[in-house]
Amino acid sequence: MSEKIISTENLVKRYPEGEGWFTALNNISLTFEKGEFAGVVGPSGSGKTTLLNIIGSLDTPTEGSATVMGKKISDLSHTQAAQLRNLNIGFIFQVYNLLPVYTVFENVEFALILQNRSASERKKKVMQALEWVGLENMANKRPSKLSGGEGQRVAIARAMVKEPELVLADEPTANLDATNAHAIIQTMKNLNKELNTTFLFSTHDEKVMQYLNRLVHLEDGEVAEDEIIKQTENKIV
Amino acid sequence: MRIAIKMAFKNLIGAGLRTWLNVSVLAFCFIIIVFYNGFLNGWQEQGRLDAKNWEYGNGQLFHADFDPYDVFTIKNSHGTLSEAESENLTPVLIQQATVYPNGRMNPTIIKGIPLDQDVINLPINLLTKSDANLPVLIGERMAQSINVGKGDNILLRWRDRNGTYDATNITIAEIFDSNVTTIYNGQIWMPIEILRQMTRLTNEATMYIANEQYQPSQVDGWEFHNLTELLKDFDSAVQAERIGSMIVYSILLALGLLAVFDTQVLSIFRRQREIGTYIALGMTRQQVMKIFTIEGGMYSVFAGVVGLIIGAPLFYYTSSQGINIGRSIEGMGVHLSDIIYPIYGATLIIGTFFVLVFSATLVSFIPARKISTLNPVNALKGKVQ
Repeated sequence: MSEKIISTENLVKRYPEGEGWFTALNNISLTFEKGEFAGVVGPSGSGKTTLLNIIGSLDTPTEGSATVMGKKISDLSHTQAAQLRNLNIGFIFQVYNLLPVYTVFENVEFALILQNRSASERKKKVMQALEWVGLENMANKRPSKLSGGEGQRVAIARAMVKEPELVLADEPTANLDATNAHAIIQTMKNLNKELNTTFLFSTHDEKVMQYLNRLVHLEDGEVAEDEIIKQTENKIV
Repeated sequence: MRIAIKMAFKNLIGAGLRTWLNVSVLAFCFIIIVFYNGFLNGWQEQGRLDAKNWEYGNGQLFHADFDPYDVFTIKNSHGTLSEAESENLTPVLIQQATVYPNGRMNPTIIKGIPLDQDVINLPINLLTKSDANLPVLIGERMAQSINVGKGDNILLRWRDRNGTYDATNITIAEIFDSNVTTIYNGQIWMPIEILRQMTRLTNEATMYIANEQYQPSQVDGWEFHNLTELLKDFDSAVQAERIGSMIVYSILLALGLLAVFDTQVLSIFRRQREIGTYIALGMTRQQVMKIFTIEGGMYSVFAGVVGLIIGAPLFYYTSSQGINIGRSIEGMGVHLSDIIYPIYGATLIIGTFFVLVFSATLVSFIPARKISTLNPVNALKGKVQ
């Protein structure tokens, strides 16, 4: 039996808007299991990123609950939430969010520094992560010298270097061309298979969707469809 | 903490010109503060030494009625010490008089001191070389103010112990120079024996100057004032100057710190995504706040280092060659050399450095506190207002 890694129950998120409230997520009840390569899909404003932020303990639900790796997000203190992210969750952002003053190596190493890993262990793991994404020769470059695809691969390496149980990727291909987008998703797919890491995407990119094993369709903050896809082959467009 | 320092260092180096602009402003403040305090230290040290060597010796024994700030006490403040009591003491007799250089009347103080004295630097022994009938010694600036020169004869009028006026011509036999204004301002020096004869105050003195061997003891009718007491006014003047200059430092420092504050406030807005990323990667808000606070403090550490590198040649040059301030501040009424040799002690440099670091860290902490209430989601989106 598979291990449940994320579960949400009647999850509601509201934001103040003018004199009233805007409901970004409404009554979301979902479960994701370890090793899934799943995506939350839907148009802009459907609540995808909000859901990912709550799962990533960057935000808290207004009502209902979200439990990630056995920890109820709304019960976590700032420090506990930071520890959860530090040890168990990797983030990949649409705009990569690499730290500009650090080299590729240092950007990837950063996640391990926060875990107080030794220098030798850090070096070994960073080089391994850069190998996963094919950037071992660019370790000393600055983010400003990288192409969009390379930048996103560094972000993947940074998310994966600590071998988290869960990786949350928010529109990871939005700023990439088709070739790079496919390459990036394929890299993540490989890591998913190799390390059994759970990937949860937020996307409305068809190119990404075709790789996903499960698509949770959100519309106006509600789950419109939860679709399990049996994939036999991925096409490169 | 080590990680935060390392990150702050990298962030500052990575920020390039912005960092160096702030560092330059703070380094300028550092140099100015150290320089001016060094100048004051030098002034105080030299002033104290000059006052000791030229005027106070190792302390002064005043006649009980004598008040150096009240000329009206001079007339009746004189007495005699026994030979035993006056051991290691040099007598000085002081009387009021009037001189008439070029027909103008100038009230003056006439002071008599033994020709063979060596307790202060006053070159009274030069008068032994003079053939004049009544040779006197005056200070260079006194000579300028009454417009007389070496060899000039001027009329001196005084009163003897019975209050009888007398007058005679005196000869400016020698003119000396000193940094101690109170040794020459409105004063004429002459051999004490001659002054005693002129005033009929045989063996009497208004005060005695102590040498290094003098051991203060209770003498009836006389009061001993040690160097600390005698230099109290001078030290107060320097202290007042220090306090006054602190206002200037505060303004300078405030400008430097304002630049740091401004940069830090802007940083938090400009670097929202970076802050959000730190938090997403697993840092607590307090850890991020610490990085930003350390960054601000680090500006001042850089400034201290840059200030020392740039300032070291200046400090070395001024402390070895001195600063020639001329006689423009003569009117201050305190001992002030023409050339001041600043003293830059380790306490001054390290103290200034720590003040700089502490204040820069404090002004960085104020905007960095905002991070503790920052919503990481908004930060990642760059939506923090």
